[in-house]
Amino acid sequence: MALSKLDQLYRQVILDHSQHPHHEGTLEDSTDQIELINPSCGDVIQLQLRIEEDRVQDIRFSGHGCTISRASASMMTDVMIGKTKAEAFELTQGFSELVQGKEVSDVEALGDAALLNGVAKFPARIKCATLSWKALEKALAAAGQDEN
Amino acid sequence: MKLDSQRLKKDFPILQQQVNDEPLIYLDNAATTQKPAAVLDALQMYYETSNANVHRGVHTLAERATNQYEAVREKVRQFIHANETAEVIFTRGTTTSLNWIARSYGEANVFEGDEIVLTYMEHHSNWIPWQQLAKKTGAILRFIPLLESGELDLKAAEELIGGKTKIVAVSHCSNVLGVINPITELAEMAHQAGAVVVVDGAQAVPHMPVDVQELAADFYTFSGHKMLGPTGIGILYGKRHLLEQMEPVEFGGEMIELVEEEDSTWKELPWKFEAGTPNIAGVIGLGAAIDYLSTIGMEKVHIMEQELIAYLWPQLEKIDGVTMYGPTDPAVRTGVVSFNLEGIHPHDVATAMDMEGVAVRAGNHCAQPLMRRLNLQSTVRASFYLYNTTEDVDKFVAAIQAVKEFFQYGTL
Ligand SMILES: Cc1ncc(COP(=O)(O)O)c(C=O)c1O
Repeated sequence: MALSKLDQLYRQVILDHSQHPHHEGTLEDSTDQIELINPSCGDVIQLQLRIEEDRVQDIRFSGHGCTISRASASMMTDVMIGKTKAEAFELTQGFSELVQGKEVSDVEALGDAALLNGVAKFPARIKCATLSWKALEKALAAAGQDEN
Repeated sequence: MKLDSQRLKKDFPILQQQVNDEPLIYLDNAATTQKPAAVLDALQMYYETSNANVHRGVHTLAERATNQYEAVREKVRQFIHANETAEVIFTRGTTTSLNWIARSYGEANVFEGDEIVLTYMEHHSNWIPWQQLAKKTGAILRFIPLLESGELDLKAAEELIGGKTKIVAVSHCSNVLGVINPITELAEMAHQAGAVVVVDGAQAVPHMPVDVQELAADFYTFSGHKMLGPTGIGILYGKRHLLEQMEPVEFGGEMIELVEEEDSTWKELPWKFEAGTPNIAGVIGLGAAIDYLSTIGMEKVHIMEQELIAYLWPQLEKIDGVTMYGPTDPAVRTGVVSFNLEGIHPHDVATAMDMEGVAVRAGNHCAQPLMRRLNLQSTVRASFYLYNTTEDVDKFVAAIQAVKEFFQYGTL
């Protein structure tokens, strides 16, 4: 049955992250926040970040999303917390290439998010996977500007 | 009925393929419809035998192209029962038609404090042009609310439509709820208030007989691509006396009579609105689509869809965790079915169904305000057309069951 192909996309770890996401909620002491909408489906993500000493100290996400976007947000927070802004930016680029099916040099660095490589075979869902990462990228860029 | 749609399906080359190793079941007809070989052949034939610019040549091909182009205008007139071809204007589609009405008629007739009445179920293309008009003029937008059933609250409409109302803009059929709105009643309310009624017929003309005079619509708009025709061609119908007082929205070749250095005069209706080289092939293709639909008969198309929904509805109702939106009364609904599966995001449903060869849409369907009213982020939408068979319905229902099983623990 054709649904078996879905396993490439919806791996168990992804379903787990979606059902029990890490770092969902809000941050009391956030320094930065951002909201991003996926206009094709109306899904929304809000990120609250605490960026101090050039590092992403903490992140919480909230909003509405599908399995892929929720799992991806959860995985993104796992890997980003503790990273410097430059490292975090680097990871967003790596993830973007991963879900487009491109070769990524350090897949390990993406943590569980590396399991989202199946998205490359479902191009309509790339935007779901990248929503939280794009949000983070924008927040990092904005945070960078405040300091200059 | 079954035999009919099975036979019709054979006319559509694109429907003969497999998608993800499964036979394609195309249920995204509210977004756009597939094209029968007759329409594709008409396009090919036009380019092979008649291609020339219209209204500006004396040579044989120019004459042939012009005749074919204008013959379709007459076909459209008959199809929607307009009084005369001067009232039938070719545009790029519903969106363009609605924008032109808002820009031309709207800006000349709507002033500060005037009211524009819409409904909460409008597609963005019958919302934003009025929103922008209101912002520009200082007019006020009012919205007809919906009943629990998804039908318009006509009592509320009666109170909303009054002395200050200049325009009532309403969809004939909703692209989300599948509800058929009572245009005649709304037109009567509008006319009693001295307002005009603008109808977005994008989801109606492809699916049922439409008589713009019987509806008493002042303006009526629709798109060719949703009725088996090509993309990039649509219709703006307007009553002559309204179109006559309107200024064109676009200027250039084809629409002028006399051009002086500092001033110009316009051609008569309908050509004053058709600036530049039009989508001639699109018009020819639309003509072939109308021929195809007319051969079946629009009453029959409507009945076929209603029978299909009558076959589907009880099966959907039986599935645990399925919520359907829109009216349950088959008399006021089309083949558009929006629903959600409990605990599973519409996007995940649509991706999973695609793996089964079933093409449905997930999202807000260009109706964000409606989604907000319904307290929804998005829905899954299956929209049926004349080539969808009861087997398609069976496969669709089976796919829903399979999706439910796959995501048995939910995705949310
Ligand atoms: C109800 C309704 N109105 C307007 C439109 C816009 O039509 P088009 O994109 O062809 O201009 C659509 C289709 O998307 C629709 O469903």
